[in-house]
Amino acid sequence: MKRIKKRKQAVDPIYYVIVSLMAVLFFAFHTLSFIKGIFYSFTNWKGYGNWSFVGLRNYIHIFADIDTIGAYLFTFRFAIITTILVNVISLLLACALNAKIKFKNTLKAFYFLPYMLGILIVGFIFNYIFANLVPAFGKAFGIQALSTNILGTNYAIWGIIIVTVWSSCAFNTLIYTAGLQSIDTDVYEAADLDGASGWKRFKYITFPLLAPSFTINMVLSAKGYLMVYDQIMAMTDGGPGTSTTSIAVLIYKKGFGGGQFAYQSANAVVLFVIVVAISLLQLRILEKREERLG
Amino acid sequence: MSKVSIKKEHYNWPITILLIIGILSFIVLPLYMALMIAIKDPTDMNHILALPKVLRLHNFTDAWKMTEYPRKFFNTAFITIVNLFFTLITNSFVAFAITRNRKKSKFFRFMYYYFISAMFIPFSVIMLPLVVQANTFHLDNIIGITFLYVVFGLPMNTFLYCGAIKSIPEALDEAAKIDGAKPLQIFSYVIFPILKPTTATVAILSFMWTWNDFTMPLVLLSDSKQQTLQLAQYVFKSQFSVNYNLAFASYLLVLLPVLIVYIFCQKWIMNGVVAGAIK
Repeated sequence: MKRIKKRKQAVDPIYYVIVSLMAVLFFAFHTLSFIKGIFYSFTNWKGYGNWSFVGLRNYIHIFADIDTIGAYLFTFRFAIITTILVNVISLLLACALNAKIKFKNTLKAFYFLPYMLGILIVGFIFNYIFANLVPAFGKAFGIQALSTNILGTNYAIWGIIIVTVWSSCAFNTLIYTAGLQSIDTDVYEAADLDGASGWKRFKYITFPLLAPSFTINMVLSAKGYLMVYDQIMAMTDGGPGTSTTSIAVLIYKKGFGGGQFAYQSANAVVLFVIVVAISLLQLRILEKREERLG
Repeated sequence: MSKVSIKKEHYNWPITILLIIGILSFIVLPLYMALMIAIKDPTDMNHILALPKVLRLHNFTDAWKMTEYPRKFFNTAFITIVNLFFTLITNSFVAFAITRNRKKSKFFRFMYYYFISAMFIPFSVIMLPLVVQANTFHLDNIIGITFLYVVFGLPMNTFLYCGAIKSIPEALDEAAKIDGAKPLQIFSYVIFPILKPTTATVAILSFMWTWNDFTMPLVLLSDSKQQTLQLAQYVFKSQFSVNYNLAFASYLLVLLPVLIVYIFCQKWIMNGVVAGAIK
């Protein structure tokens, strides 16, 4: 008995060799970067030359720096609005695509297309739409609000939200459609018998059964939008002024070009803590909700 | 309405038509506009959405030459394909080793949580120190960035593969073991073939990530000979702003390979992405 157990415990060395090798590489380039970032955040290093420890000075500075606070406010506002918009639109689209429609697969394929297109180029295309097509339309129909380039105004955030919604609805819709397909049609038949239809059916049956898809989409959306970067670089470059500078853009711009390497490292650490906290909080709340509904 | 009364041919036309209108105005229109601009002459831009007076394909050849398309395409394809190859063989084996030995050894259990927890670290958090480190190790070129993609994809891919391997009965390994197969053989002849659906998912997600990535090339690839297609569009932004026709021709040249892949593999891609997200 004992001998058999012992033999079962033996692990072939090749497993150790390959996993260790990958772990060492991962540690050296990913984890070590992360640790170094934390280390730099306690110094005044500029990315080159001499440095010394400054304690918590960088962290204290974050809470007094208008640029950084502005970037956090913009990023939160953007993330909240976009998460809500994307999930509402995707849910509607998914329900529509799941209805008894003609050309189902073709329509689905079209709605998924934006997922394939890199958001940098999508941003460039929409730049042109906001700068030329929309104003031309606004002038032709005498709509004052549309006659200027939205990206040059105080509403530039909405330009970025529109592009983000355009490119992320594809993924979210796909996840919701998959969730809808997994719902047993028997449940609906039972609901029909009980006289539940339309909105009631959606509220009490479809939506609760979509809970797992909802969790995935909310967590991935929030995490992704807190990191918003590409579309801003493509469209406004953080402007006008600094009104659309997100935290990721700020870290890039000031960290590499603004001589704030150490300070932006501290900013990155704060961003990390926020992203982890929000993701865990969401998972907690949404999983509890799933349990309650399940 | 009860299900019995609905005949199979009875479609919901109002929703179908709404969905088609949605596609035409929100998805087709921007791409149609991009195409129209790309095939027009700069003097022919009064009506943006109208068909061109004279078809001007010259924009494409100009953009091709100006952005050095072949070289940028080669760089992007190199990164994508080499990353794909190494990701699929190494990450899947790591996941196999971890899943099968998790119960037997603390080391593998620790490795599992180590890799998974790294998923919480977004790229912009490690961006600054990574660039310093990449310069020290001379990773600021396409080979270096490919290496980094393989390493950085590990958490997500291990997670995906572990989920799939868990559901493969261990009796299969045992049977092969009794026949005298070594771990690498068990993996490549027994396990890897069964993992095909997960491999498809990982392949699609890796492809999309590396082909469309902009941030990592931006911070790592400074030499213009090493640039990727996406990065080149950004670098040429200021030159493009004086000639939109050229710019859009160039954008379409970048979107084209992805569109072709999508047309042929859309079903496969959509299934793969769903499988990846639901795990």
